[in-house]
Amino acid sequence: MKKTLLFPAYYLGTILPRLFHALGEVFIFIGDIIRYGIKPPFRFKLILEQMEFIGVNSLFIILLSGAFTGMVFVFQTGQAFFKFNAETITGSVVAIALGRELAPVLTALMITGRAGSAMAAQIGTMRVTQQIDALVALRVEPINYLVVPRVIASICMFPLMTGIFDMVGMLGGYFVGVGLLDINKGAFITNIEWYVRPDDIMSGLIKAFFFGFIASAICCYKGYFTTNGTRGVGLATTQAVVISFVSILISDYFLTVLLYNHA
Amino acid sequence: MLEIKNLSKSFGKQKVLDGLNLICKKHETTVIIGRSGEGKSVLLKHFIGLLRPDSGSVLVEGTDITKLHDKGLKKIRARFGYLFQDSALFDFFNVYENVSFPLREHTSLTEPQIREIVKTKLELVGLPNVENKKVHELSGGMRKRVGLARAIVLDPEIILYDEPTTGLDPVMTDAIGELIQKTQKELNITTILISHDISSTFKIADKIALLYEGKIILEGNKEEFTANTNPIVRQFLEGTCHGPMRMAL
Repeated sequence: MKKTLLFPAYYLGTILPRLFHALGEVFIFIGDIIRYGIKPPFRFKLILEQMEFIGVNSLFIILLSGAFTGMVFVFQTGQAFFKFNAETITGSVVAIALGRELAPVLTALMITGRAGSAMAAQIGTMRVTQQIDALVALRVEPINYLVVPRVIASICMFPLMTGIFDMVGMLGGYFVGVGLLDINKGAFITNIEWYVRPDDIMSGLIKAFFFGFIASAICCYKGYFTTNGTRGVGLATTQAVVISFVSILISDYFLTVLLYNHA
Repeated sequence: MLEIKNLSKSFGKQKVLDGLNLICKKHETTVIIGRSGEGKSVLLKHFIGLLRPDSGSVLVEGTDITKLHDKGLKKIRARFGYLFQDSALFDFFNVYENVSFPLREHTSLTEPQIREIVKTKLELVGLPNVENKKVHELSGGMRKRVGLARAIVLDPEIILYDEPTTGLDPVMTDAIGELIQKTQKELNITTILISHDISSTFKIADKIALLYEGKIILEGNKEEFTANTNPIVRQFLEGTCHGPMRMAL
């Protein structure tokens, strides 16, 4: 009874300050990313290395997931549209769905699962093995050296990979729609040209840009503030991926409202 | 000269340093000894501003570094070399890249010049021809040496050693001790070292400071330490678990 009565006080006194502390830390961290991102030294080599790791090395899973997403989506929607004799618009529906939602969200989730977890683990390991302290002792700003290249590479590669996901998804969809479901080839393509606007693709790429920033900032943040040794690294990595996934999905809604509210 | 005045540091409710005072003279080797978990590494990190104290000051040649921010701290850090407890070598680099890292970051030397300096420093720490080895291929002793080569590559005035002999066998411990002395003599630097190894401490220290419960309870040379009758000092020097030092077993 006493516990229940005191719960709001406990909540206000303990959890809220912790939450505000964490939020403050996140905002300071984001501020530092921006501050050190626009200040020399600019580490082009590290950015390129991270682009390779985040983008090029994720290419295979993006091709694979893109192709199969397009294929299964055309298969499902195509079968439904056949019931209304509207199967020729399958291509355009899938293209819009891919461009606006599926490609940016799935690409972000795939890359975060692969590269984001690695970012958190690498930076977290550097923290617990004092390599980040060593950087400070050697007068190298760790956020400039470790975090900024990863964030810049992410905001470049997430949209690029999303574009590739779009293309491969449509290609996979085309083969299933035209090859397997026997949808008219000309109508399939003409409807895509007719209904899909550049905005549909662009908005997806804009979303991918923000997802890249959100996921990389969260993964780097969790790695950067890792404590408690190797156990802490594991925990930080898991939390980084989970929080990134949830943040991508939540921010997707708000970005969608912002980007399509006028449409 | 480095001087610590009334330094206090807590982590949560745990008070680690409690009004600590210490003076480390120029061109001397000061060894800070104390039990594991006593706060020696915490103290060392205050020398270059890796940690900020709750109160007190850290004076480097008269400049209170606790009052400095980014730029000022970087200037002060340029005078220091730091050998971390586990060497803290960058595991994504090989030996050459690790040792040359400070040169690439802070000088505009050409590649042949960098190569020459790295070679010289690696020879100084007794590790010739290991440039291409990966960090995970190095033994504990080799890591310490590479860490030391990286710490001295920019010719610092002061070197901080965080337990350089921990985890090494007695022979390697002695070799590292000699290396510290050799580095001290050849580069004429100020050395601050933390350790709980009494024999190597007596061998290399000009001054010894015993850290106990957040304070330096005794400062002096080897003779002053061996002659001291304080039961805490006696217990630590004799390495026995029976005495006034409280153990958390």
